[in-house]
Amino acid sequence: MNSTTHPVSGATSHYRFKPWNVGRFVIWTLFAVALIVAPMLFRSSLALTMLSQIGYLIIICLSYNMLLGQGGMLSFGHAVYTGLGSFIAIHAMNMASKGSFNIPLVLIPIVGGLAGAFFAILLGFVTTKKSGTTFAMITLGIGELVASMALMFPEFFGGEGGITTDRVYGQSFFGITFGPAIQVYYLIAVYCFVCTAAMFAFTGTPLGRILNAVRDNPERVEFIGYNTQRVRYFAFIIAGFFAGIGGGLATINFEIVTGADSLNVVRSGGYLLFTFLGGATFFFGPIIGAVLLVLASVLLSELSKAWLLYLGLVFLFMVMYAPGGVASLIMMNLRLAKFGKLRPLLTSYLALGGTALVGVMGAACMIEMTYHLQLNAALGSELTFLGATLNAKGFASWFGAVFVMVTGFALFELCRRQFLRQWGRIQEEIEHEIKRGEAL
Amino acid sequence: MNPEFFVISLLNGVSYGLLLFMLSSGLTLIFSMMGVLNFAHTSFYMLGAYFAFTISGVVGFWPALVLAPLVVFALGAAFERYALRRVHKFGHVPELLVTFGLSYLILEVVQLVWGRSTVPYGLPEQLQGPLFSLYGTQFPKSRSFVMLVALLMLLSVWLLLTRTRIGLVIQAALKYPEMVEALGHNVPRVFMLVFGGGAALAGLAGVIGGNTYVTEPAMAASVGSIIFVVVVVGGMGSLAGAFIASLLIGVVQTFAVALDYSLIHVFKAVGVAVTDQTFGYPLLKLTISQVAPILPYLFLVLILIFRPKGLLGTRED
Repeated sequence: MNSTTHPVSGATSHYRFKPWNVGRFVIWTLFAVALIVAPMLFRSSLALTMLSQIGYLIIICLSYNMLLGQGGMLSFGHAVYTGLGSFIAIHAMNMASKGSFNIPLVLIPIVGGLAGAFFAILLGFVTTKKSGTTFAMITLGIGELVASMALMFPEFFGGEGGITTDRVYGQSFFGITFGPAIQVYYLIAVYCFVCTAAMFAFTGTPLGRILNAVRDNPERVEFIGYNTQRVRYFAFIIAGFFAGIGGGLATINFEIVTGADSLNVVRSGGYLLFTFLGGATFFFGPIIGAVLLVLASVLLSELSKAWLLYLGLVFLFMVMYAPGGVASLIMMNLRLAKFGKLRPLLTSYLALGGTALVGVMGAACMIEMTYHLQLNAALGSELTFLGATLNAKGFASWFGAVFVMVTGFALFELCRRQFLRQWGRIQEEIEHEIKRGEAL
Repeated sequence: MNPEFFVISLLNGVSYGLLLFMLSSGLTLIFSMMGVLNFAHTSFYMLGAYFAFTISGVVGFWPALVLAPLVVFALGAAFERYALRRVHKFGHVPELLVTFGLSYLILEVVQLVWGRSTVPYGLPEQLQGPLFSLYGTQFPKSRSFVMLVALLMLLSVWLLLTRTRIGLVIQAALKYPEMVEALGHNVPRVFMLVFGGGAALAGLAGVIGGNTYVTEPAMAASVGSIIFVVVVVGGMGSLAGAFIASLLIGVVQTFAVALDYSLIHVFKAVGVAVTDQTFGYPLLKLTISQVAPILPYLFLVLILIFRPKGLLGTRED
């Protein structure tokens, strides 16, 4: 959101010091309105659970991006802090309903957050000693350590079955019991908004700025007198706190936590994957990532058994061709739109999208047929995919799929070459215009 | 503890440790050379096992022992050439991410091609049965074969790196890539060969590890984090450190799973009775075999606290 509100051109750089930053005000209002209105637009109970999940995943992905995007710390163990936050939260809820520990439900996420911060203080001391690739390996090791420990202490982690709770306990809070899912959604939405704002504010604090410096050039930061290890440690603790809040909200939403699921290294990998897909270089990238995460894991997994394969492919291509994620794609096009150059590219985009779709369709048909042969061979060789009936053992289906894929990708390649030339020309024009603006 | 149990466990531990070393040596080579932490390294190990399973079904185990690593070599080199080299300019984190994506992909493809359950990748006849037995406890031939292959591989890699021309170029490219390039060597191709070679070592480990242990889609994840522990504990980029660390972790884990003692036994020995009412009973009642899975990670944490650069490492960062 930073970059949308203050364009980088020199003429407007003093803009942010005005008492009312209109652009930022509008964006945050829109975000709040979106959070409020979303459950009114999507009324089904599936949509409501998805929205709740999006709400707390936004917090988790943003907290993850505090490490990855802002601190350059690639963590493979973020689920440790969300998961342990969930466990402490669920124990707090169970104690509260027994009456031994009096805390209202609205404060349970804070309990989760404090737990996350506590474990980040404990484990982060070891992890943040290193940076870069070693940091990544150590977080993976710590992640495995905690995940296997969960199976060793069934008294606390509930073993295979996990721990369950009931979120409706104690007196109602101004008549709100948090029984219905809609009330839980609004609790999550409030936390989501407040945490997002807090994390955005963090990016502007001295610690947030020096964290960026530690990411970009740790040596220079040491020279100006900061301890990079301590900067990473503090950022790690704050990220752990927000991760714990996310974990606490997840507990309230699901009323169950299992060690095998919520502390899993695969889950940490999922946070990494989607934060990156959303875009780690922009503050709002992880918000897109969280939405994609829920859409992929709820809708895509319904649509196809091979969704993890598609996800892996998308991720691989994203790292190779658009390392800034979806957010960077959006920002690139916003830049074009600002200079009024978007319109001539629209036809190219349509052509690229159309041909890519055709190619992907062909490839997807082949993947689906292979999956069908591998998993559902007992159901016969026929399968329906997106309304079409395919015969996984028939020559015609395979030939058709290969033909569609080859045609699609060949046309895509042609369009891509054309597009690259056009893109390069337009970027040159924009650079030219910026230079001319500076000269005036 | 009786002596034959001790000897057999030690041998089992050493053979497991050597298998770990075959994996971590490739990882260390790639890391020290290119600065890339290959997250998909154990995926190549898994591919080696699956390729060997398929190839040995056609031409037998012994040709597969050579062919499967070659296929893995080609795949690794192709991945370096077409994916890794492209993200090289973005820095080390995207490089790690692209290998992370690859590990996802390989797992899915393996499940797609060979199914989600274990495949019956068995030992060839020559390797079945015990090599010798000690007071009735047997030591299988397959484990000794793992040790033999690992030692041969260690020797040949060492000879290749120190005694041949290409080895000298690799060593030089490790420290002064620009200078080596200026002398007319194709450094990107050297990188490609090193990456492929590291993958092939993992593939070879897969060929012999797959039938000694078990060939299943989870096999990559099960050793994946352990070899990262090995590499950190041994010291980033140190081959000798990786050797010591893998033997240590292999032996410790093998002994740990066989020992059924807990802290309760210790307290009993010093005369303190422990019941389920004692404070911290869930912790005290854990036996060593129960904590065996987390021992490598505990070891990692301890090393990081007391010797952050690893056993034989030289880098401080």
